Amino acid sequence: MKKKAFIEKTANIILLICAVVAIFAVCAITLYMFIKGTPALKEVGVSDLLFGTIWKPTASNPSFGIGYIILTSIVGTGAAILIGVPIGLLTAVFLSEMAGKRLGTVVGSAVELLAAIPSVIYGLIGMMVLNPIMFKIERMLFAEKSAHQYTGGANMLSAIIVLAIMILPTVISVSTSSLKAVSDNLRAASLALGATNEQTIFWTVIPAAKSGILTGVVLGIGRALGEAMAINMVAGGAVNIPLPFNSVRTLTTQIVSEMGYASGTHRQVLFTVGLVLYVFIMIVNCVLLKTRKRGFEHGD
Amino acid sequence: MAINTRKIKDFSIRMLIYICAAFSVFLVIGIIIYVLTNGLSAVNWSFLTSVTSVLKGTVGIAGNIVNTILIIFISMVIATPIGVGSAIYLNEYAKPGKVVTLIEYATETLSGIPSIIFGLFGMMFFGEKLGLGYSLLTGSLTLIIMVLPLITRNTQEALKSVPNTYRNGAIGLGSGKWHMIRTILIPSAMPGIITGAILAIGRIVGESAALLFTAGSAKLLPKGIDGLFDKPFQSGGTLTIQMYLSATSEGDFETAFGIAVVLLIIVLGINLTTKALTKHFDVTRKE
Repeated sequence: MKKKAFIEKTANIILLICAVVAIFAVCAITLYMFIKGTPALKEVGVSDLLFGTIWKPTASNPSFGIGYIILTSIVGTGAAILIGVPIGLLTAVFLSEMAGKRLGTVVGSAVELLAAIPSVIYGLIGMMVLNPIMFKIERMLFAEKSAHQYTGGANMLSAIIVLAIMILPTVISVSTSSLKAVSDNLRAASLALGATNEQTIFWTVIPAAKSGILTGVVLGIGRALGEAMAINMVAGGAVNIPLPFNSVRTLTTQIVSEMGYASGTHRQVLFTVGLVLYVFIMIVNCVLLKTRKRGFEHGD
Repeated sequence: MAINTRKIKDFSIRMLIYICAAFSVFLVIGIIIYVLTNGLSAVNWSFLTSVTSVLKGTVGIAGNIVNTILIIFISMVIATPIGVGSAIYLNEYAKPGKVVTLIEYATETLSGIPSIIFGLFGMMFFGEKLGLGYSLLTGSLTLIIMVLPLITRNTQEALKSVPNTYRNGAIGLGSGKWHMIRTILIPSAMPGIITGAILAIGRIVGESAALLFTAGSAKLLPKGIDGLFDKPFQSGGTLTIQMYLSATSEGDFETAFGIAVVLLIIVLGINLTTKALTKHFDVTRKE
């Protein structure tokens, strides 16, 4: 009998330890990001670092301004959301309101596969397909302007398109499940009042699923902010103002492309870039928890 | 008149929805066809079984395949018990309260952290602080944290779907709690646990940003059995890392597309397996 009690106790403790690993990991990551990310803020100066626009880490008189990098991440994410969310939401509408069983399975499986494809493959295809197209457009647009620096098509626009595609699965799957959760009574009531199918979808179903869709959008923002490899392959490699045809760097690609060889202050600044990204992601996470909670209160 | 414009409006909205839905389908088909047509010619037996060497004149990814398998093995052997244990604790032991909320918040937060941050943390903590350097072990430890939420969440879902009568029955027959969990709950939740594990493997196979600065990029094959045991402490690039390097710094697009084909096949296989599993074990469908 004593042995049994001992086993129970041990199991309880071991399982608790397993569960605490997650808390421990989050704390350790947060701690490390701050410990490693703050020294450069002191060394370079907060405003010079965060709002400076000149990035010359290896010059004899180095300058570490990551203002354009932060701006590129924000603009890129915003533009990707503007493109990806409407497409994603309409696809979700199709999956939940219109598709029959067979078509629904086809589109649903395609979306699942999109989510499973590794980001390096998106990057490779972006490099081989998207960049040449962009280069053609670039040559047409800037034929007369000699001041333009040609990027070979690796530019902001390519990055935005790849990001928009990569957030699609997230937006679609979260929106679909929240649209499906809308009670059929609402649809029936709207139809009975004389609304057409399409009016019902846009004036009744989507507003009812609002908080779920918002969760999908926020998840998409997190995904777009954090994507690194695919963007690094298609966006070019220069720190620039995020204009459509400029070669750009985001927070993530800045780390990917320079961490390998950086040292000293340069390396410290890259940790700060990581910290900025981490703070953005934590803000997104907090918003996420809020929207989820609100969803519960509304009962969907 | 009003009805007519309404009809046109509805029709165009309907078309727009169809176009958006078709977009995903054509995109996936396009990606698969594009990768296959460009990469299939690179994939042959020697591509899969040899290592790229200028001296021997061979092009191959055997080393990367071994690295990928080792990383999957080490990560899963550690992550699965922890993830499953955490789910069991949350679902069976913990009383609703601060601790549970905290653990669930932490799990949620972990699943929202992008892989490049995991990579940075892994490099700083496992690589530099613990002195593991660029090694498969550093990479694996980093990935464990990354896939933990995936395993925990899937196991939790599976545990929730086990009817309470099972629990009460076992306890009523005099079984201890842990005995009940070990003999009744875990077997019943096994499909969910396996699905979570396979999804985690899929995530590891496709991961690149978290590995670039933790596992490094070496591509040599380990020498003999001893070499295999030493390998976790040495640098090693997975398939995705090699593909990234081939497409960027090495400019070897044939190899890049070849690896892309291999990756796509693995991803497709994983996708189909999890689908078949969830369909096969779906309790609600059988009843």
